[in-house]
Amino acid sequence: MKALAFGAALAVSCVALGQDVSKEIQRYRQMVAEGSPAELFELQGEELWKKPHGPKNVSLERCDLGEGPGVLKGAYAHLPRYFKDADRVMDLETRLLYCMTTLQGRSREEATARVFGSADRASEFELLSAYVAGQSRGVAIQPRMSHPQEKASYELGRTLFFHRVGPWDFSCASCHGEEGKRIRMQDLPVLYKPQYARPVMATWPAYRVSTSQFVTLQWRMNDCYRQMRTPEPTFGSETTVALIHFLTVTARGETYQGPGSKR
Amino acid sequence: MKRAALSLALLAATAWADPTPQDIQRIMQRDFHPRGQATMERVVQDGVQRVCTDAHDRPPAELAKALEADQMKTIVFPEGSLMGDWKRGEAIAQSGRGMTWNDKPGEAAGGSCYNCHELSPRELSHGTIGPSLRGFASARGASPDVQRYVYGKIYNAKAYNLCSQMPRLGASGTLTAAQIKDLVALLLDPASPVNQ
Repeated sequence: MKALAFGAALAVSCVALGQDVSKEIQRYRQMVAEGSPAELFELQGEELWKKPHGPKNVSLERCDLGEGPGVLKGAYAHLPRYFKDADRVMDLETRLLYCMTTLQGRSREEATARVFGSADRASEFELLSAYVAGQSRGVAIQPRMSHPQEKASYELGRTLFFHRVGPWDFSCASCHGEEGKRIRMQDLPVLYKPQYARPVMATWPAYRVSTSQFVTLQWRMNDCYRQMRTPEPTFGSETTVALIHFLTVTARGETYQGPGSKR
Repeated sequence: MKRAALSLALLAATAWADPTPQDIQRIMQRDFHPRGQATMERVVQDGVQRVCTDAHDRPPAELAKALEADQMKTIVFPEGSLMGDWKRGEAIAQSGRGMTWNDKPGEAAGGSCYNCHELSPRELSHGTIGPSLRGFASARGASPDVQRYVYGKIYNAKAYNLCSQMPRLGASGTLTAAQIKDLVALLLDPASPVNQ
């Protein structure tokens, strides 16, 4: 009798499982968003920002992220943008690399030897991104779109988004092009549409719970192309910056709220 | 005639201000580097990718038909039965490994099937980019024709629907003939959980 009751209860709970799973996932995501350790990365990033480093033994405090040397407030929310000194459009990480090579006198090779970190040890770019992005909390996302190179970068990003390539014939739109789709249990935002791009771009960079890592947009582009089975996009290349530019322009007007948390 | 239709489609789909597919290819050749098994020839589009990119996955019917027929010729059907072992098929359907720059070359790949499709009702974590395949054989049976269709579709999805989002898992060298047969069994064997 007891066994029978148990069996019946089990059967009921199995039927309910389908609905419960998605409810549970919702709850889990809520918890992830509320208790983010992203702040710890911001604090470490601040320390790194202010620490003298490289052959010139200077900190990054005079780095110009577009709002003037050393101005951090709102700088991230206005990237990517065209920089006259470099004569190209840059996102945050590309600009940080520029400051490492110019201000600190480091070689590109040395500065990019470890652009993506691990759960044990975050990379410089991850820590610095956390700190700089945090200084744009509450600021409207408004990447620049006036310089001809900025317009070209956006157009390139948009075209790349729909470009099918590689042994599995994927484009970004293969996963992010249709509403209401999932990979496994992961909902997929339709990133060329503002209503989906806005909440996503307002929370990158982010702490990623599933891998216990702080991750950046350059990492996101890199890992999407890995899953598209292409060769590896070079860190800070025009391709990665253009895609980030396209996504950020699509999200413009949204108030930046990151660094956030991802599943 | 086929070539004329192709170039017309290319022209019509490309707005003048956008970078051309040739531009994109040049840019990718400059901005990407080979890593592991992911070598640089992978950034070169083939005809299917080019047409689908240009047409935003909605190519003119006549062109699609001609190119689907070309893709059909790539499919190599093995001799004899196309039904493998559904249990091995389930493991292949679960695995998302293979072909990336950090997968070991030569190591068996998976089909990534559950990433996009519902198959066995026991697996709740399934994607929805592709249609649900639950109960696949209940409606269609498992006749030699159905087996041939399923084998061909997995081998080269573009032979049946030119701009399908499904990878050409046989034609791309991702899965072996034996693995595809195991997937055919996963979909068609009456004992497979897909058909329970």
